[in-house]
Amino acid sequence: MPLILPLLLAVVLFCLGVYGVLARRNAITMLMSFELMLNAVNLNLVAFDAWRLDTAGQTLAVFVITLAAAEIGLGLAIVLLLFRGHGHVDADAARDLVEVPGAAEGPGLVEATDRAASRGPEEAS
Amino acid sequence: MTTVLFAVAGVVAVVAAVLVVTSRRIVHAALWLVVALGGVAGCFGALHAEFVALVQILVYVGAIVVLVLFALMLTKAPTNPLPGLTTGRSPFAAVVAGALALLLGAGVVLAFGNKKIRPVPNGSAEAVGTQVFKTWVLPFEVLSVLLLAALIGAIALSQHKKGD
Repeated sequence: MPLILPLLLAVVLFCLGVYGVLARRNAITMLMSFELMLNAVNLNLVAFDAWRLDTAGQTLAVFVITLAAAEIGLGLAIVLLLFRGHGHVDADAARDLVEVPGAAEGPGLVEATDRAASRGPEEAS
Repeated sequence: MTTVLFAVAGVVAVVAAVLVVTSRRIVHAALWLVVALGGVAGCFGALHAEFVALVQILVYVGAIVVLVLFALMLTKAPTNPLPGLTTGRSPFAAVVAGALALLLGAGVVLAFGNKKIRPVPNGSAEAVGTQVFKTWVLPFEVLSVLLLAALIGAIALSQHKKGD
């Protein structure tokens, strides 16, 4: 098997993950795209492992899978926190997470923050 | 034989991954993620990394996707198609991802274009376990501390405060 085959598959999967992170709005779909990127990394590790006939790559792949489990646990906790505070998991609308240096009291930011924070009560009333 | 197996699993993984990042229903995207991760597990199997393939199925498909589905339920994700799931800047994102794919692909082809691999069975649980406890003991222990820290962090984050 040519080594280029798994490497190109990893490139395609990684770039699909990059596209998903950039283009998706829902925080959970962004996390799914992160998982795709981690899988591409694992594929690279296993492919180089099979090329060099060494077991270290597979060990590191298992470590990466463990790290992915830790990451998704924390990520989903943060997503649930966002949902509890805002009533949505829209990464574009969570404007009050933005930190603008030197412009924290600017009118535009405060207005956007108020709109994002008061979305739920406005709809309710 | 392994090349054919790898190609089939790879095509499955890529098609499912495309559906993960383009599907307009969140739940469908999560279920296509199962197929994509299974395809990658098949690729591991074709590369004779059986232990990694099994861990992939156990941890990813068994635990992580279930966590994602739980999060979808807890955030009241609708099952109908959402028009705003992909932002308006998706063409820009596609350009970035395409450029990155060209760059990485060109680098990979130039560096490893004519190398061959002959997958031989060296991916048993015994081989990986020996490697873990011979060479990678310290990272293994650090990883266990990190998992504990992530667990405590997740519990602390998702705890209800008194005022809520």
